[in-house]
Amino acid sequence: MTATIARPALAAGGIRQTARDSLLIGWRNLKRIPRIPELAIFAILQSIMFVLLFAYVFGGAIPIPGGGDYKAFLMPGIFAQNIVFAAGIAAIGMTDDLQKGIIDRFRSLPMARPAVLIGRTFSEVIYNAGILVVLMASGVFVGWRVNELGALVAGFGLLLLFAYAMAWVGVFLGMHVPTVEVANQAIFTVLFPITFLSNVFVPLQTLPSWLQLVAEWNPTSTLTAALREMWGNPNPEASTSLAAQEPLLVTLGWVVVIIAIFGPLSVRRYRSISR
Amino acid sequence: MSAITAEGLVKIYRTRKNEVRALDGIDLSVDEGTVLGLLGPNGAGKTTTVRILATLLRPDAGRATVAGLDVVAQAQQIRTLIGLSGQYAAVDENLTGRENLWLFGQLYQLSSAEARQRADELLDQFELTDAADRVVKTYSGGMRRRLDLGSALIGRPRLLFLDEPTTGLDPRSRLGMWDVIRDLVRAGTTLLLTTQYLEEADELADTIAVVDHGKIIARGTADELKSQVGGERIEVVVHRRDDVGRAMEVLTRDCEGDVTLDEHTRRITVPARGGAQTLVQVVRHLDELSVPIDDIGLRRPTLDDVFLSLTGHAAEESGTESGDRGKAA
Repeated sequence: MTATIARPALAAGGIRQTARDSLLIGWRNLKRIPRIPELAIFAILQSIMFVLLFAYVFGGAIPIPGGGDYKAFLMPGIFAQNIVFAAGIAAIGMTDDLQKGIIDRFRSLPMARPAVLIGRTFSEVIYNAGILVVLMASGVFVGWRVNELGALVAGFGLLLLFAYAMAWVGVFLGMHVPTVEVANQAIFTVLFPITFLSNVFVPLQTLPSWLQLVAEWNPTSTLTAALREMWGNPNPEASTSLAAQEPLLVTLGWVVVIIAIFGPLSVRRYRSISR
Repeated sequence: MSAITAEGLVKIYRTRKNEVRALDGIDLSVDEGTVLGLLGPNGAGKTTTVRILATLLRPDAGRATVAGLDVVAQAQQIRTLIGLSGQYAAVDENLTGRENLWLFGQLYQLSSAEARQRADELLDQFELTDAADRVVKTYSGGMRRRLDLGSALIGRPRLLFLDEPTTGLDPRSRLGMWDVIRDLVRAGTTLLLTTQYLEEADELADTIAVVDHGKIIARGTADELKSQVGGERIEVVVHRRDDVGRAMEVLTRDCEGDVTLDEHTRRITVPARGGAQTLVQVVRHLDELSVPIDDIGLRRPTLDDVFLSLTGHAAEESGTESGDRGKAA
């Protein structure tokens, strides 16, 4: 008890300290996965359920304009849908930490201020990478194929980049709801339409033209279209809009816009929380 | 030298319909190496005060310093000197006890090796060594609270804030917690402690400040407060309603002060300066008159008595404090 510990250096921030503290927070968030395996298991089961339901129940009833296999059409959309829901997982994690008082503990420590948020968003990316691997394996099982390995890696990277952006949306949402239950409701209400008002399950040609435009610019759709294009999966373009013609570019634009909006907003909210 | 000072702290919580003045001008001063007990009912403003001093909350008015540093302008420096343990054990349920301490130690900017060594020491000190590698979810309430206190001590803070450290604990765990806190104080830690229990403040604090509705309404040592309340009382419950008159005569004769009667329960209360001696006398005289009694005893003043005498109302809950938890979410 008498040994002296060097006084911690004044923790004003600094890139090294921010990186170290963020890693620690990320480690702590990821530890949760093996300790509550049910969370990941149900997340995966839910996605596989979507694959099976749409591939075998609706698949036959949904023709792809220009031809092509519905399952090959569906899988990139399922991956995209999962990544959009990454926001939900980040939000619930954030709300849970706030509710349990852990955030108070963090805020009373001389740690780098943004580390809680950076650690949270990065751990979501790693978590999603794991889920994606399992989903891709199940995709191969139902007959989804990619024409080259380089494209697969690039698509995987794009999905994770998008997951990172969505995690910031989630962190922001998570700090604005009082309880985990409300977080669950809010996410369902916000994210469900975002994933369904898109080209994930149906070709956009079937939509009324005004809705087609909205759905086409929906980031879920641009991400899905970009993946289909990269991987050589059926990608029926509904129009000649920029979103339909250059989905990869528009998706990268979305990533930048989302982070540029929700990053600073989240940091500001975290600073002022409960003040 | 004052380790903690506060002048005119005001905190207002606004909701859509109304605003609650959680703090309405709190002044405090805690000398280095001493213990201040903030005593008050739920919603009095105890937690809000601690949260401001621990840099979690900004005051709307007034200023406060911790170790001479301003709680708003020099918050990050203050965080290197303090430890905070709240009424809700803020530890990670999905990590083990050891992992929790290691994580908080590292975030306190100790090196990994230092944090590991410090975690071992604390696990030992708080008798958690056997449970160290179990996930916290499996801990009892008392164990969680000890781990939470251990987490607050990870960086050997000079100043410690404990917000209701024993609320919700069983009597045995409470006594254990008191021992731990006393050891810390003996080692020279300055402590600000909040509690709803007069007994706890009495046991642990050098000075007590009584808080109600966001204001400090009295301060002094435990003895000073108790004498303000009027010290011990004798309470008698007579068996037959007919005996009430005779019993009150005895009590008026043997004790000094106002005799009060609760008609409904046949309970007679009177201040007893002479303590146990007076009690013996009262029992003898009632016995000589053959007045059968259901209950008799010496009652020490409680938080309720302190409040009753200071404010004229009992220490009932008003719910502001739970409001500011909600705000944190």
